[in-house]
Amino acid sequence: MVAPGTPDGVRSAEAGGAPSGAGSAQADPATSPPLLRLRGVGKHFGPVHALIDVDLDVPVGQVTALVGDNGAGKTTLIKCVAGIWQPTTGEVLWDGASVRMHSPKDASDLGIAAVYQDLALCDNLDIVQNMMLGHERLRHGFLDEISMELTAKQTLTDLAVTTVRSVRQVVGSLSGGQRQSVAVAKAVMAEAKLVIMDEPTAALGVSQTELVLSLISRLADRGHAVIVISHNLNDVFRVADRIAVLYLGRLVAVGPASEFDRQSIVDLMTTGTSSRRSADSAAAGESGGVSSGSEG
Amino acid sequence: MTSAENDGAGQKQTAVGLAGEPPADADTAQAALSSSAPALLADSFGEYTKIWFRRVRSGESGALPVVIGLIAIIVFFQVRSSLFLSAGNLVNLITQAAWIVTLGMAEVFVLLLGEIDLSVGYTAANGAVVTLWMLSLSHPYPWWVAVLAGLAFSAAWGAAQGLLVTKLGLPSFVVTLAGLLGGAGLLLYLANLAGGTGGTIRLNDPVLSAIEGGSLSPVAGWIVMIVAVALGALFMLVRDGRRRRSNLAAPPISITILKVVLMGIAGVVVVVIGNTNRGVGFTVLRGVPWVVPVVLVVLVAWTILLSRVRFGRYVYAIGGNAEAARRAGINLSRIRVVAFTLCGLTAGMSGIIYASNLGSISNNVNGGQNVLYAVAAAVIGGTSLFGGRGRMLGAVLGGLIVAVIYNGLLLLGLGAAAQEMWTALVLLAAAIVDTLARRGNAHT
Repeated sequence: MVAPGTPDGVRSAEAGGAPSGAGSAQADPATSPPLLRLRGVGKHFGPVHALIDVDLDVPVGQVTALVGDNGAGKTTLIKCVAGIWQPTTGEVLWDGASVRMHSPKDASDLGIAAVYQDLALCDNLDIVQNMMLGHERLRHGFLDEISMELTAKQTLTDLAVTTVRSVRQVVGSLSGGQRQSVAVAKAVMAEAKLVIMDEPTAALGVSQTELVLSLISRLADRGHAVIVISHNLNDVFRVADRIAVLYLGRLVAVGPASEFDRQSIVDLMTTGTSSRRSADSAAAGESGGVSSGSEG
Repeated sequence: MTSAENDGAGQKQTAVGLAGEPPADADTAQAALSSSAPALLADSFGEYTKIWFRRVRSGESGALPVVIGLIAIIVFFQVRSSLFLSAGNLVNLITQAAWIVTLGMAEVFVLLLGEIDLSVGYTAANGAVVTLWMLSLSHPYPWWVAVLAGLAFSAAWGAAQGLLVTKLGLPSFVVTLAGLLGGAGLLLYLANLAGGTGGTIRLNDPVLSAIEGGSLSPVAGWIVMIVAVALGALFMLVRDGRRRRSNLAAPPISITILKVVLMGIAGVVVVVIGNTNRGVGFTVLRGVPWVVPVVLVVLVAWTILLSRVRFGRYVYAIGGNAEAARRAGINLSRIRVVAFTLCGLTAGMSGIIYASNLGSISNNVNGGQNVLYAVAAAVIGGTSLFGGRGRMLGAVLGGLIVAVIYNGLLLLGLGAAAQEMWTALVLLAAAIVDTLARRGNAHT
């Protein structure tokens, strides 16, 4: 056991992961079973345990924020969900069925789209070309630019992405927020049910951040499940319906955003436990998050 | 955000939310326009030219700056030597340029991927050796069988290099450097085998000799030109019409007319030059060389391949961001191998044109220098060595510039030394203009 979890951290994680708390199920607002469920997911790199026994439910129509300090395992976790890595232990349930994803393609076939600001777009192609990349439509064997442009435009309009002047702009000329919007729109157009966003507001200005945050909220309103990784607690409290805190590879707390405040999140992120969040309420919140999972 | 939403809903007609953009984004929106195709952004003439000028400044300028450079160099040589713009010399120039232009187009396929093929000079020569050998046997094959065999050889050479690059992950620079050395050796071996001790294989086939040596009849020249311009005009009008019917921005009709007129002028100039009698004494020699429509067909075919079908889109995507292309589900190795194969195939065409121009192929073809002309042609024509940017038309114009310098300096009685140095200067100038323009773009 390399991950030097403090005793507090371990205890808290056990509380979060214990299915025994199934009795108090009222905390989860989603009535339908969660779209994505992680059960006891662990990821080891040789002797290094990057993730340990993570149980997490991601419901549709909600934004789940994944927070944690550097090295807490956030990126490892979403890479396991996005098919880039395979978990060493545990299972991933998608729509109630156990799945194993061996590549990003497997994940995207299921409807999981990971949006990385820098890796998703080709700077030399325009917005339409980027959004339709890999899904080009043909007409008499040739690219059907008109149909693709109309679709891309409609998707951006639906998402209320209004700051791009023309969908025929080269993506390299867009601002950070606009690029992020295009990357999200691309995921939406590929009919992603779960959109994962890694630090979507990092390196963005104020108005650009606003643009992306409102886009994230709209995604959830449209019935997508959204996972957002962020360091920025302002952003987290702005958009998150649920918050999951990782500490040294363990999920130390998960629950509705209303159960957390800034100080408790910071405590959880840095020490794995929080005095502000009393043991009772923490247990209730965490078991609430888990309980809907244990029904299935 | 809500105001932007409201505006956006009402604005979907023109572009997504023109008026809805918050003031903070106005600058970015302005800068953003700079590198986008004006044809797909602007509705009016004024708007079009405005966007176009912004694009030129940002280095995404299209063909015109290269054309202006070409005209400037032509004027320079004409001032120095009145013979330069004579019909005889211009037709000579076209036939000299044809193989450089074609080799430049070959190089574009791999440059767009961010790769390079150093072997094309010898791929071309070896393909030509295969073709000419099959025609020089005591029972020669039909010319088209020989051509297909030569092209197949060149394409296979390119494919083999592409497989080494993709399957083993070797750098294309190293693989094709080996291809250059190996190709040079193979040329010596094959040419000596087929051409005897002199290492020269003559081209006796009338069809292949006619590519560079023969001409269309003056009437046929006019007909081909008019048909070509009409097809181009029809294509633009149909495309714009479809875009307008779908409520998408289409270039104003005045721009389309301007383009058609320019195409027509270029066509008329070529045909008039070609149809002027360039015979010496009492012999009459008129007509556009066959190589012009041949190169034009290759140019149109490869332009369609790069801009109108999935393959081309994926080539640009891989050159722009290979990781994004991979995540979009594109089979990177397949596209790369096909691109290397097409590069070899086009090089084979260049080799046959080269042999047709010389009337033979020999073991002293300088394939190492020819590939550098090809790269120079592509880069002068606006192709980026970093991948993702460039066009076939650019390679054609760049190849013309290389050929004009070669021809003009020869006409001035200056030798190889001056020719190489001037080509170097033009190449550097093109690279500098390109880099400065892009740097300026990054600052806006």
